[in-house]
Amino acid sequence: MRKKLDFLFAGVGGQGTILASNIVSEVGMRCGYDVKKSEVHGMSQRGGAVESHVRWAEKVYSPLIEEGNADFLLAFEMLEAARWPHFLAPGSVALVNIHQVMPPSVNLGQEKYPEEKEIESILTGAGDRVIWLEGAAKAVELGNHPTLAGVVLLGVLSTRLDEPAETWLRAVEDLVPAKFKELNVKAFWAGREMAAGS
Amino acid sequence: MKKIMSGNEAFAYGAYLAGINVAAAYPGTPSTEILDNFSKYSGVYAEWSTNEKVALDVGIGAAYAGGRALVTMKHVGMNVAADSLFYISYTGMKGGLVIINADDPSMHSSQNEQDNRHYARFAKVPMLEPADSEEAKQSVKAALEISEKFDTPVIIRTTTRLSHSLSIVETEDEPVAESLSEPVAFERNPVKYVMVPAFARQRHPVVEDRLKKLAVMAETTALNRIEPGDDEIGVIVSGVAYQYAREVFPNATFLKLGMVYPLPAGLIKELAGRVKQVVVIEELDPFIEEHVRLMGIPARGKDIFPNIGEFNPGLLRRCAQEAGLISAPVQSTPAVSVPQLPGRPPMLCPGCGHRGLFYALQRVKALVHGDIGCYTLGSAPPLSAMHTSGCMGASIGVVHGVDKVGVKDRTVAVIGDSTFFHSGVAPLINLHYNNGTSTVIVADNRVTAMTGHQANPGTGSTLMGIESPVVKIDELARGIGFKKVDVVNPYDFKTMVDTIKDHLQSKEPSVIVAQYPCVLYKRERKPALVVDLEKCNECGNCLRIACSPITKVEGGVSINAALCIGCGFCATICNQGAIGLPNREGGTEQ
Repeated sequence: MRKKLDFLFAGVGGQGTILASNIVSEVGMRCGYDVKKSEVHGMSQRGGAVESHVRWAEKVYSPLIEEGNADFLLAFEMLEAARWPHFLAPGSVALVNIHQVMPPSVNLGQEKYPEEKEIESILTGAGDRVIWLEGAAKAVELGNHPTLAGVVLLGVLSTRLDEPAETWLRAVEDLVPAKFKELNVKAFWAGREMAAGS
Repeated sequence: MKKIMSGNEAFAYGAYLAGINVAAAYPGTPSTEILDNFSKYSGVYAEWSTNEKVALDVGIGAAYAGGRALVTMKHVGMNVAADSLFYISYTGMKGGLVIINADDPSMHSSQNEQDNRHYARFAKVPMLEPADSEEAKQSVKAALEISEKFDTPVIIRTTTRLSHSLSIVETEDEPVAESLSEPVAFERNPVKYVMVPAFARQRHPVVEDRLKKLAVMAETTALNRIEPGDDEIGVIVSGVAYQYAREVFPNATFLKLGMVYPLPAGLIKELAGRVKQVVVIEELDPFIEEHVRLMGIPARGKDIFPNIGEFNPGLLRRCAQEAGLISAPVQSTPAVSVPQLPGRPPMLCPGCGHRGLFYALQRVKALVHGDIGCYTLGSAPPLSAMHTSGCMGASIGVVHGVDKVGVKDRTVAVIGDSTFFHSGVAPLINLHYNNGTSTVIVADNRVTAMTGHQANPGTGSTLMGIESPVVKIDELARGIGFKKVDVVNPYDFKTMVDTIKDHLQSKEPSVIVAQYPCVLYKRERKPALVVDLEKCNECGNCLRIACSPITKVEGGVSINAALCIGCGFCATICNQGAIGLPNREGGTEQ
C-alpha cells in the first residue's frame, strides 16, 4: 500500500490557489491514487483568504485533512502560511512564496504584518522546515500573470515527490487556460530549477 | 473513464445522464454551480428564475406535463420555495421532480445554518443524502426513480462540504441522456392538481399512505447499507459526516444512510441488535438521533458531538475521545496553538461601485437597512454603513416599518439588483400602496455578482447565453407609481451625496438606482493611481473607503499598483488633490 500524502494550500483570492490544488489533485489521480479535494471559496474573489485541502491515498474518506497530518503546506502568501501550523505533521515541509498582501487592518495601521522570522518560528514549531521561495519574483520575470507563482511552487513541490515530472507537466498543460499554457510550463520548469538550486 | 468533479459538477452530470430536461434555480452558495454546469450540456433547458419559489413552480410545471425537472437552491432558498413544496407534495406530478437543497453548516456564506432535513418531514417528502461526488452523480437518477414510482417530489440534500469538495467520478466517454418513455403531455385532472379544500382533503391520505410505502422501500434500497465491523460501536451516519466517521471509527459497524427520510426502522433495529452501543453522527440538529430514540434505542449523539457548525475529522476524534468511545493516543503530541494574526475578511473589490454608495451613506449618517449580496460588505468597518441585514428582500419592508413607527433617523433601504428582482418588487409596491415615505436605493451592478456573476433580468442575457429583454428598475418604479426616481452613478460622488440628501428630505416614497457595472464582470482596467506624499496631509479619508490597494505608510499612504484598477474614486474624495494619475516626472496629474 502506498503512503498517504496530504497537501494544504493557503493563499489570497486571485492568486491561483484553487488552480494549483486542482493540478495536484489531477496528478494524484493520474498516478493511480484515490484523491479528494476540498476548499471554501465563497468570498475568495473579494480578497478573502483561500484554503484548499488535497489528499492522496490508496483510499481517501475525508475530503478534509485532519489537524497534525498535512505533509506539505503550499502557501502563496506569507501571512496565510502562518495560519496553519496546527495542520502540519511532524516532518512536514512548508513551501512559502515570498509575497505579502496586506489585510485591511494592516492597511489601516491597526495591526502589524508579522515578520518573516516570526512566521518561520510559527511554522517550524509544528512542521520540520520552511522553504522560502521567490515565486512571486519569478512570476514577474516570466510575465506577471497572477497565477504563475503558484505553478512555480508546484515545480518545486514536484521535485520532492516520486511522481514523474512528465505527469506534472501534462496536468499543468491540461488544466491551465490554453493561451497561458506556454507561460505556465515555463513557470513549472523555473520551479524545478529553483529547487535544484536551493 | 475517471474524472475529478466537485459535488455540484457531479450533480449536474448525473442530472444530464438521468434525462433531466428542464432545470430552474436562483443562484445561492453553495448550490449555484449545479445549474452553471448543467446548462452546458446539449439539448437541455436551464434557467435562472427570479427566485426559488418561481424556480420550483417552473420545475413543477415541467413535471406536471410529464417532463423530468430539476430545481436547485441553497437552504434559505427552501424557505422562499416552501409554499410550493407543500402543494407539490399533495398533488404529485406525472413526470419526475428532483430538488437539490444545499445546506451550509458553519455558515460559510449564509445568514443561518438551518437543518433542512426538517423540510422532508415537514412536507412529507423523501430526502436522499449522498456522501461524495460519485454518490452525488448517482443520487439524481435514484431520486428520479423514486419520484416517478411514488408520485412525489424528492429532495436531495447536500452541504457546502459535499458541493465544494472534489472526488473521483466514473464518467462515460460519450455520455447519453436517458430519454422519456412517453412524450410530454398535460393530463387534465383537477382532483389531483387543483388544491381547493375538497380535493386537498382527498390528497392528504394519499400522502400519508405514500410515506408508509416509502418507509418500506427504505429498508431494501441500495441507498442504505450496513457495513459490518466489530460489535462495540454501531455508527448511524449520512452525507459527508460518513467520510469523517470512517476515519475516526475504522473498525465500527456502520449503518450508512443514503436516504435520510423516511428512515429505515428495520435497519436501525438490526444495527442496534449487532452492537453494544449506537452512536448517531450528524451535523446540525439531532434529526436521526431523535427518531432512533423514539424507537426506544438509547442512542448517543448530541451529548457527544456539537449541534453547531460543520464537522471535521479532528473535531469528531476529540469528541469521541472525551466521551471514551475511542482511546486517546498513549503518547500525545504537544498541541500546536493557532497564532493570533491579522484577519483577512472579504472586502468590496477595488473599483466596486458599491463603495461610492456606502461612502456617501456614511457621510450623510444614514440609517441603512440592507439586504443580501456583495453590498452587505458595506456593513464592515471602516465603511460601517449598513445597520440591518436579515434575508433576501427584507430591506424595503424593514425600512417602511422603521419609518411607520416614527423613527426620526435618516433611513434608507439598500437592495441589490438581483435581490430586488428576487423579492424586492412586492415590498416596493407595499411601500407605495401604504403611503410610505421611505427611500429605496437599488445598488444595481447589472449581474448577480455575489454568487459568481450569474445573469439576471437586468443583465440582457440568460443562463443559456441567449439575449433577453432588460428589465429597467427605474421604469418599473415609475410604473408602480413612484414619482421621485433617479438613476445615479455612485462614483459621481457629489451627485450621489446630493441625490441621497434630496430624497431624504422628501416626504414622498422614492427610489434611487445607483448604477455601476460590476468590475469583476466587466474587467475594465485603467492605469493605477499614485500618491503625491508632499500634498498628502494624512487626513485618512482614502483609508475610510476600504479599498485594499491603499496602505498607510510613513507620512501618508501608498497605492499598490498590482491591485489598483484605476477607478479614481480615492482621487475624487481626496481633499488635498494628492492622488492622481502618474505623470512622466514621477509626480501626479489631476
